[in-house]
Amino acid sequence: MLTNLFTISLGAILVENFIFSQFLGICPFMGVSKKMDTALGMGFAVTFVMALASAVTWLIYTYVLVPLSLTYMQIIAFILVIASLVQFIEMFLQKTIPSLYQALGIYLPLITTNCAVLGVAQLNIQNGYNFLESLVYGVTGGIGFLIAIVLFASVRERIEGCDCPKAFEGFPIALLSAGLLSLAFMGFQGLKIF
Amino acid sequence: MNIGKQFKEGLLLQNPVTVQLLGLCSVLAISTTLFNGIGMGLSVLVILTCSNIVISLLRKIIPSKIRIAAFIVVIASFVTIVDLLLKAYLPALSESLGVFIPLIVVNCIILGRAEAFAYKNGVLASAIDGVAQGLGYTVVLIILCVFRELFGNGTFGGGLLNGGDGIRIIPEGYPILDLILPVGGFLTCAFLIALSQWLVARMNAKKKEEVAE
Repeated sequence: MLTNLFTISLGAILVENFIFSQFLGICPFMGVSKKMDTALGMGFAVTFVMALASAVTWLIYTYVLVPLSLTYMQIIAFILVIASLVQFIEMFLQKTIPSLYQALGIYLPLITTNCAVLGVAQLNIQNGYNFLESLVYGVTGGIGFLIAIVLFASVRERIEGCDCPKAFEGFPIALLSAGLLSLAFMGFQGLKIF
Repeated sequence: MNIGKQFKEGLLLQNPVTVQLLGLCSVLAISTTLFNGIGMGLSVLVILTCSNIVISLLRKIIPSKIRIAAFIVVIASFVTIVDLLLKAYLPALSESLGVFIPLIVVNCIILGRAEAFAYKNGVLASAIDGVAQGLGYTVVLIILCVFRELFGNGTFGGGLLNGGDGIRIIPEGYPILDLILPVGGFLTCAFLIALSQWLVARMNAKKKEEVAE
């Protein structure tokens, strides 16, 4: 049991990193990685939402959709759950922890359309994980996203001041450096022996 | 309605992938064989056109406060239809695209076009916009697929021609394997976007020269 959870965590954080090997959540990864502090905020917000979303969508799938044989409604149900979850978290934070709400502010609504969140919900079902495994996969997937976006933000802050060919300015050079980071993450592939 | 202009914008000037930088997740992830590229491109094209038409029809009914939620429900319904159709009739494609078909729901291209175009324009214009933007996405995807497959795997038309193996062009052992790995997705996409930035900059410079003359 424990080894199983450990394998899932190791996979989600390093070997099958959501960004670098599964390409889930590239939009926010590229969009909000220009500065370190915003990247950190986004990373934490995504981790939190991914953990909650995996738990809630798993419960809904197992205890609502399957008994009513409504599994073909999976996509619509999941996206509605995620959208309302994000809305709920937003209102909750606004009331209880205004400082955190202000720090995350604009990034919270963006999380609804983050493929990593819907992706983790779909993958949990596809891989046939149980509740605990889904939760662990959500949390560690989020941590993988956090690590990736923070690493990338620090690379990107340095690129900002560098000379590069005119056609590559802005987005292409950022994609190239993301490619190099992903090459580095491929080094973890060997950890698959577990 | 200027149809030519809409297509020109969709394919180059406002290309969803290379200029608006939307929907990159699926582009990077599945552009490894021609079969994947055509399948994904056409799925997005169909979903984008249908959701544009429906949202444009409903644009006077949907209150602006809850429009995003309404858009998502419309899009999710079409994605479900396509997902189930693919599972029934093209299981091989459904298998190789995997989680990326359901993820079309959160593909920013579709939500972006709903918000930026279909909610403000008539039905016919929205339908044409859906086809033009969808084609822009498909073309970029196919270029990436052909390039990555040819140099990464040494074949052409994988999944489609020659019983699914594709036609071998570069002998085994020579292709650059990295190109079909995730790294290759980032690198080829970076070069393609750089190329399109260069093209757009050159076209703008030419226009300026003409105006100056």
